[in-house]
Amino acid sequence: MDVMPKWAEVVLVPLISLVLAAILSALVILAIGENPWDALMLMIDGALGSTYGWGYTLYYATNFIFTGLAVAIAFHARMFNIGGEGQAVLGGLGVALVCLYIPWPHWSLALVGATLGAALFGAAWAAIPAYLQAKRGSHIVITTIMFNFIAAALLNYLLIGALKADGMEPATPKFAESAHLPSFQDMFSFGETALFRGAPANISFFVAVLACVAVWALIWKTRLGYEIRAFGHSESAAKYAGISPTKIIMVAMMISGGLAGMMAINNVMGEAERLVLNAVEGAGFIGIAVALMGRSHPFGVFLAAILFGFLYQGGAELALWTSIPRELIVVIQALVILFTGALDQMVRGPLEKMFLAARRNKAEA
Amino acid sequence: MTAPAIELKGISKAFGPVQANKDISIRVMPGTIHGIIGENGAGKSTLMSILFGFYKADKGEIYISGNLTAIPDSQAAISAGIGMVFQHFKLVENFTVLENVVLGAEDSAMLKPSLARARKELKALAEEYGLNVEPDALIQDIGVGMQQRVEILKALYRKAEILILDEPTGVLTPAEADQLFRILERLKAEGKTIILITHKLREIMDATDTVSVMRRGEMTATVKTAETSPQELAELMVGRKVLLQVDKEVATPGANVLEVKDLRVVDDKGVERVKGISFNVAAGEILGIAGVAGNGQSELLEVLGGYENGTGTIIVNGTEIDLTGAHSDGQSRRDRGIAHVPEDRQREGLIMDYAAWENTAFGYHHDDKYQRSRLFMDNGAIQQDTVEKMERFDVRPPNPKLSAKNFSGGNQQKIVLAREIERNPDLLLVGQPTRGVDIGAIEFIHQQIVSLRDQGKAILLVSVELEEILSLADRVAVMFDGKIMGERLPSETNEQELGLLMAGITEMPDKPIIEAVEENLAHAGAGKEVH
Repeated sequence: MDVMPKWAEVVLVPLISLVLAAILSALVILAIGENPWDALMLMIDGALGSTYGWGYTLYYATNFIFTGLAVAIAFHARMFNIGGEGQAVLGGLGVALVCLYIPWPHWSLALVGATLGAALFGAAWAAIPAYLQAKRGSHIVITTIMFNFIAAALLNYLLIGALKADGMEPATPKFAESAHLPSFQDMFSFGETALFRGAPANISFFVAVLACVAVWALIWKTRLGYEIRAFGHSESAAKYAGISPTKIIMVAMMISGGLAGMMAINNVMGEAERLVLNAVEGAGFIGIAVALMGRSHPFGVFLAAILFGFLYQGGAELALWTSIPRELIVVIQALVILFTGALDQMVRGPLEKMFLAARRNKAEA
Repeated sequence: MTAPAIELKGISKAFGPVQANKDISIRVMPGTIHGIIGENGAGKSTLMSILFGFYKADKGEIYISGNLTAIPDSQAAISAGIGMVFQHFKLVENFTVLENVVLGAEDSAMLKPSLARARKELKALAEEYGLNVEPDALIQDIGVGMQQRVEILKALYRKAEILILDEPTGVLTPAEADQLFRILERLKAEGKTIILITHKLREIMDATDTVSVMRRGEMTATVKTAETSPQELAELMVGRKVLLQVDKEVATPGANVLEVKDLRVVDDKGVERVKGISFNVAAGEILGIAGVAGNGQSELLEVLGGYENGTGTIIVNGTEIDLTGAHSDGQSRRDRGIAHVPEDRQREGLIMDYAAWENTAFGYHHDDKYQRSRLFMDNGAIQQDTVEKMERFDVRPPNPKLSAKNFSGGNQQKIVLAREIERNPDLLLVGQPTRGVDIGAIEFIHQQIVSLRDQGKAILLVSVELEEILSLADRVAVMFDGKIMGERLPSETNEQELGLLMAGITEMPDKPIIEAVEENLAHAGAGKEVH
C-alpha cells in the first residue's frame, strides 16, 4: 500500500516545505534588521495587491509554466533536462526570425507562426543532446548544460552581427506592429478603467495554460505518454515491451525542448517585442524547481509557477522599498527550491511515519 | 541437558507497514542441521539477517549457547561464532582463494605472515572437513561449487560454530548439491550447528534433522524431519492442501511452430553466451530447457523475445523472423504470435509503479481494442479488460488500480500470465514461471501452462528448477555453457542423468561423478557470471 493518501502527497508535503522555507527566510530577514512580517506583506501587496502586480506575477509565471512543463516531461522519461535555458534562447531566435522576416497580416496568425517557430527551434536544440544520449551514451545532464553556453554564445554572435538593429545595442529591430501580441491591458480594459496598466502579462499566458492541459493529456491519455512513462520507470521493461529507447529519448527531449522554446512567445514576442541578449533571465533553471515542486504534474507545475512568479515579483518590490538587497531575494528563492526540491525527503519521512502510526492506531482500535 | 546452540525468543521486526517477523521463537540444538522453510516473503531472510546483525529486531532476545547475546552488527555475530553463507557469494573475483579467506580477518598490519598462517590453517580445515579447494586459484577461475566451499571455509576460519546457509543450492548442479550436503553432514559430525534456509522441500527432507516452517512472518511449526512429509510441510507453508504433482495428459504434438537453427548470441562484453544451438517446438507440446542459471538460457529467451541481437535462423510458423534491424523488437515478435513471460517479472514483465490495468496493456498497448483514437488510448476499455482477466486468473486483490508493486509475487506473475496467455499466442515463451511465487499460485500457473498446451499451442519453458521441468515438459533439452547438451523424454530420464548434462557431461564418467562434474565446470565455467 502507498503509505500516504494522495492529498497529503500532493498538497501537504509541498505546503510544509514551503512553510519551513518561509520560516528560515524570516530568520534571515530578521538577522539583517528588517521585520519579516512587514516584508511578507510588502511582497504580497507588490505581487498580488493590484492588477499591475498580478500582471507581473503572471508574466513571470508564464515563463515558468513553459520551462517547468519542459523539465517535467523529461522527468517522466527519467531524463534531467537542464538545458531549458539554452532551448528557450533558441526559441527566442525562432520567434525573432518568424516575426522579423514574415509579414504577418494579424497578430493571431503571427502567434501561431511564432509558437511553431519557437517550439521548432527549442526542439532542434534539445535534439542534439538527445541524439548523443540515445546513440552515443553521452550523459544528457552534461550535454544539455553545455548547450546552454553554446546557445548563449550563438545568440551573442547573431545579435552583434547578422540580426543586429542599427544603433549601439546588441538586439534585433523591433517586430512589426502586426506581430505585437495583445497584453492583458489591451484585453481587460473597459472604457476608462484600464486593468493591468503597464504590466507585461499577455495573451501567451493562456497559451501556457493550454500547454498544461495538452501535456496532461499527452502524459496520461496517449499511447506516447504511456510509453514515455514506461521507459522512465524501467528501461529494461520498456525494451521487453518493444518500446524503442532511442525513439523515447528523442521524442521526449524534443517535446521538452519545444516547450522550453515556447517560452519565447511570452518574453520575446509578448514583452520585449524584439530579441535582446539574456532575455531568458534564468527561467530555464527555475523550471527545474517548478517541476520538482509540482511533482512533474502539469497542474502542480501551474501552481508552482504562480508561486515562483509571486516570489519574483514580490522580491523585486522588496528590493525597491526596503533595505533588503536584491541578493536576499535570491536567497529566499533558493530556500524555497532547497526545501521543496532537494529536502523533500526531510518532510516526507516524518510525515509518512505519522500516517503510518495513525493507520496502526486505527487498525488496533 | 545441553543448552541450545541458538535460541531466539519472541523476535519481531517490521518494515513500515509490513510485519516481516512476528514473535518468532526457535531453538536449535548443537550438532544438528535445522531447516527453515517458507515461501518467498515469509520472513526467512529477515530472521537470518537479524541473527547476523544486519537488522535490529524491534523486540525479542537472542541466546547463543544459553547466553543472552546482543548482535548489533555482523562483527558481533562473527565473534559470537556465527558464520553466514549468502545466496550471492561475497567474494572478490580477482583475489585468490587464500586472500578471500583472510580478507577482513588479517591479524597484523603486514599481509605476508597472515597469509602464511592462514595457508596452514586452511589446509588443516580443508582436511578436517573434506572441503577441497585450491588456495592459490583466483575466484574468477573456479566453479560455483568451489566458490561456495570458499565461503564455508571463510566462516570456519573465523571460528564459526554455527553456520547459516541461505538457499545454497540455487546455483548448483544436482551433483554439486549432493556434494554440499555431504560436507554439511561432515560438519555436523564434527559438532557444528547448521541452519539451512531453503524453499525446496526435498532438500529439507534429505538433509535436516528438524525443520521450522515460516508463513507470513510467523513460525507456524517446528517438527522433526523424520516425523513429517513433503505434503505436510507444503500444507504448513501455504496454510491449505496443495497439489504437488501436475495433472496432465500425454502431449499430441502437431507441426513445428518454432524452429531454431544455429543460434548464436554475443553479449555486450563480447562474450559468446549462446553457442550455436538448434531445436524445434511443435504445436501442442512443452519443450523444457533445463540448466543451471547463467548458461545462456536468459539470452536465448531475450533473442526470441526480440530485445537482444543474435545470429542464426529462427522460423515461426514456417516464416523466418528478423533477428536484427527495425523488425526485430518485442513489438514485431508479438505481431508474429509470440508471447513472452519473461524470467524477471519485476525488471521486465511489469512496470512496478504502473497500476495493474496499465500493466495489462503493457507490450500490447498498440492493440486496436485498447485505442480510443489514433492518438488516445482507451483507458476505460483497458480497465474493463483487466477486471475480467483478474477474475479469470484469480488475481488477488482484484483491484485494477493497485500498483503492480503492491501485489504478491504470485499475483504479479498471474497478471503477466493473464496478459500473455489471453492474447492467444501461437508460441509462448516462459522463463522461470514460478520463481518467487507461492506454492498455492504455482499450482495454478502450472495448470494454465498445461491447458494452453492442450489448446494446441507451442510452449518453450525455461526453468532452473529441475522438478518443474520434469513435471511440466513433454521434452527436455539441457543447456550448458551456451550449448544444448542433449534432449531427453522425461519418462526416459532421471535427475541424475539430467544433472550430469547440466554440468556438460554427456556420458557416464569412469571416475566419481562429483570429480567429473567439478573438472568440467572449472574448465568451462571459468570467469562466468552467475546472475
